[in-house]
Amino acid sequence: MKKHRWSIALVALALLLAACGDTGGETTTTGGDEEPTTTAGEEPTTTAGAPAGETPYTELNAAIAGDYEGTSVEIVAQWAPDGAEATSFDLALQPFRDATGIEVNFEPTVEYETALQVRVDGGNAPDLAQIAQPGKMQQYADAGSLINLSEWFNVDQLTQDQVAGFVELGSHNGDLYGVYYKTDVKSIVWYPIQGFADNGYEPPTTWEEMIALSDQIVADGNGNPWCISIESEAADGWVATDWMEDILLRTAPPEIYTQWYNHEIPFNDPEVLEAAEYMSQIWFTPDYAYGGNTYINATFIGNTQDPMFDPAGPQCWMQKQAAWIPGFWGENKDFTDPADWPNKPGEDVGFFYFPTIEEEFGQPVLGGGDMFVMFNDRPEVRALLEYLATAESSAAWIERGGFVSPNVNVPLDSYTTYPETELSTMVANATTFGFDASDLMPADVGAGTFWSGMVEWVAANGEGTEEIFQSIEDSWPAG
Amino acid sequence: MSEAVELQAPVQNGRRWGVLRDVVISVGVIGLIWLGLRVLRDPEAFSEWGDLTGKLAQAMLALVLGIAGIWALFIVVNSLVEHLPARAAELVRPWIFVLPALAVVAVYLVYPAIRTIIQSFTEVPEGGGIFSNYIEAFTDPAVQIAIRNNVIWLLLAPAAAVVIGLAFAALADRVKHESLAKTFVFVPLAISMVGASVIWGYMYAWRVPGTDQVGFINGVIQFFGGEPIPFLFEIPINTYAMIVIMIWLQVGFAMVILSAAIKGVPVELTEAARIDGASELQNFFKVLVPSIRGSIITVFTTIAIVVLKVFDIVYTLTGGNLETEVVALRMYDAMFRFRNFGQATAMAVILFLAVVPIMIVNVRNLRKQGIEA
Repeated sequence: MKKHRWSIALVALALLLAACGDTGGETTTTGGDEEPTTTAGEEPTTTAGAPAGETPYTELNAAIAGDYEGTSVEIVAQWAPDGAEATSFDLALQPFRDATGIEVNFEPTVEYETALQVRVDGGNAPDLAQIAQPGKMQQYADAGSLINLSEWFNVDQLTQDQVAGFVELGSHNGDLYGVYYKTDVKSIVWYPIQGFADNGYEPPTTWEEMIALSDQIVADGNGNPWCISIESEAADGWVATDWMEDILLRTAPPEIYTQWYNHEIPFNDPEVLEAAEYMSQIWFTPDYAYGGNTYINATFIGNTQDPMFDPAGPQCWMQKQAAWIPGFWGENKDFTDPADWPNKPGEDVGFFYFPTIEEEFGQPVLGGGDMFVMFNDRPEVRALLEYLATAESSAAWIERGGFVSPNVNVPLDSYTTYPETELSTMVANATTFGFDASDLMPADVGAGTFWSGMVEWVAANGEGTEEIFQSIEDSWPAG
Repeated sequence: MSEAVELQAPVQNGRRWGVLRDVVISVGVIGLIWLGLRVLRDPEAFSEWGDLTGKLAQAMLALVLGIAGIWALFIVVNSLVEHLPARAAELVRPWIFVLPALAVVAVYLVYPAIRTIIQSFTEVPEGGGIFSNYIEAFTDPAVQIAIRNNVIWLLLAPAAAVVIGLAFAALADRVKHESLAKTFVFVPLAISMVGASVIWGYMYAWRVPGTDQVGFINGVIQFFGGEPIPFLFEIPINTYAMIVIMIWLQVGFAMVILSAAIKGVPVELTEAARIDGASELQNFFKVLVPSIRGSIITVFTTIAIVVLKVFDIVYTLTGGNLETEVVALRMYDAMFRFRNFGQATAMAVILFLAVVPIMIVNVRNLRKQGIEA
C-alpha cells in the first residue's frame, strides 16, 4: 500500500521532469556554450564604411583587405543592455563589420564587473572587454590574464593620437594593456545663465576672478555663491576628493599628481596641503557655501544645487559637477526624458571650465574614461582593438551624443550635441588629463579614509586640516 | 546502496528482486532530480517559453523539485533502508532524515566559519605574522572607534529596550484596550532595519535653518523657534540618534515576551504580597521582576546579540562616517570596499568571539527555564 503511494508520486514527478526536460535539452544543444550570433556578418562585397584605405595599424589594414573575413570577435562592455550607450556602441562597431567582414559580437552585460571576473576566472574570457578602472586593468595584468599590447601595437601612433595621459593610464609597469576609447570630464562648473546675465556676472576664467565673483555675489546680497554637498549613500565624500584632485592638478606639476596617488610622496605632502588650502578658500569661507558646512555634509549630491532653482531666484550660483548632473536639477528630477526638462543644460544652465590656478601648469582636465583590454590574441581581435583606437570608430556614437573621444584626430566640428560640443574642446585643449586619483589609490584610502577624512574635515568646518590629512596618510596600507 | 544489496545477498529470490527494484527506482529518482537541477541551472532552458511563462515554468519546476523531489528522495532512501536487517535499519533510519539538515549546516555554516577563522590568520599582508590582522585590527584608529561604539551600543540599547518594554508590559497589563496599545509598540518589530533607518532618516533630516524642515524633529524644533540640529552629522549625537532607532525597534519584542511572562506569574503570588502589605512598587520590583527573571535575561541577551551585530542602521544613515563606525560595518567595508579579506575575516572572528559569551548565557538560561518548567 505504502509503495503504491510513492510510485504514483514518482510517475508524476517523472512526467513533470520529462515535460520540462524537453525544452531544457533542446536549448542546450542549440544554445549551449556557443555564443548566440547577435549580428550576422554581412557579405563584404564592398568596403563601404569609414575605415577605408590605409590606416597606421597593420592588422586593421589586413582586415580591411579581407584577410580575416568570416572570423568573429567577442567584445563586452558594461553599457546597460538596450540602453542608449549600448546601442550607440553597437552602431559604432558597424563600419568595422562592414569593412572587414569580421563578425563582431557585442554583448552589453548587467552586473558587469562581477560577470567579467567570473568569466576570466573560469578561463572563458571574452576577446575584448571594456574597463573603467585602471586598477582593475592592473589586477588583470598582474594575474597574467591580459595580452601585452606593447609587443605589437603601434604605441607611437596611439601616443600621437590621444590626449596626453591616456596612454600612461592604459599602461602598467611600462607596458600598454588598455586602449582608451571614451572619456568623461569632471572639471566643469555649472551656473544659471539668465541669473548671471541679469546681474552682470561673467563666467570666471582664472581663480582670482572666481574668488572675486564669489565675493561680488555675497556683497550683492544674492545669497551664497557656491552649491556644494557630498552626501552620497555609502560613498559620502567623493565629491570632495574630486575637488582636491582638480585643484592639485592646477597647483602642482602632473608628476606630483602621479606621485601622490602612487604614494611616492606622502598623502599629506606640502603640495597637497597647499591644494587643500585653495579648496578651503571656497568651501569654508563664511557665506561662500550655501548652508555652510552642515549643508555640505547633510545634503545628497543630487540635491546639491536645488537652491539654484529656487523660485525666488538662485540662492547659490556655482556648482562643480560632471556632465551627468543636469538630470538632478530642480524639477528635472521628475522627468526621465531630457527633452522634457524644465531646466535645460546649455540654455538655462551653462558651465565654465574650472579655472587655472597657476598658469605654468596649463589647462589640466580631471576625468575618467573607458578603455578596452584584450584577453585573447588573434589577428582579428588585434584588428578590432586597432579600429577602436582610430578616430573613425567613434563617429557613430558622437553623432548620437553622449560621447567625447580621447582621440585628437576627431574633428571638433563633428560634435553637435550639448555639452559634448564644449567638453570635446576642453579635452582637445587639455595640457594634462588627470584621472580621478581616488580611483587609482588603494581602495582602503581612495574609497575609504580619503572619503571619510573629507567628511570629517567638512564637519570640522576646515579646522584641523593637518591632523586629518596626517591620519589619511597613516591609513595608507603597508607594502 | 551497494552495501544494501550485499547485505541482502543470501536472502530468498523474491526479496532480492524487491531490492533490485528499489535500487533501480532510487537511481531513477536521483537521476531525475539531478536532471531537474541541471535544467534549473541552465539560464536558457525556458527561454523559448517567453519571458513570463518561462520564469513561471522555472519557478514551478523549482517548487516541484524542492518539495516533491525531497519527499521522493526520503521515500526511496527509506525503502532501501527497509531492506536492511531490523536493528541496522533502526540505527540508520534517523540519520537518513537528519543527514540532509546536518549536511546543509556543515556546508553553509560550519565550513565557512572554519575557513573564516583560518583566513584571518593566513590572509596577511606580505611580511606580516599570523596575528598581523588582529594587531592591525586593534591598532587601527577606525577599528578602535568601531569597538568603542559597539560597547556604547551594547551598554545602552538592550538595557533601554528591556526597561521600556517591561514598563510598557506592566502598564499595558492594566489598561482597557491592552492589545491595541501593545500593537503600537509592537509594529516597529515588523519593519526591517533598513526601513526603520530610512524612516528615522526623515525624522532626523536637517535642512538649512529658516527653510522648510523636512525632518519631523527639526520641524518641531524650528516651529518653537529653536535651531535645527543635524542629528546625524554631529559627533557624538549621531551615534546616540542611531541607538534610539534600535531601541524603538526592539522595545516591541521585549514587551511581547515580558508581557507573556507577566501573565504567567500566578495571581495568588501578587495577591499574597498585597495582603501582606506590599506597595505597588514593591510588588513590581520584589515579586514580579524576580518571577520573570528568566524571561528578562532571555530578552536582554537576544537584543544584545542583535545590537552587537548592528550594521544596517549605521550603513544606511551615516556609512560609518564621523565616528559612527561599528564592527560589523567595518567588516563589510574591509570585505567589499577594500577587498581586504584578512581584515574582514579578523573582524568577523572578533565579532563572533564577542557574541559567544552572550550566546552561552542565553542558552544556559533557556535550558534552566526548560528544566524548571
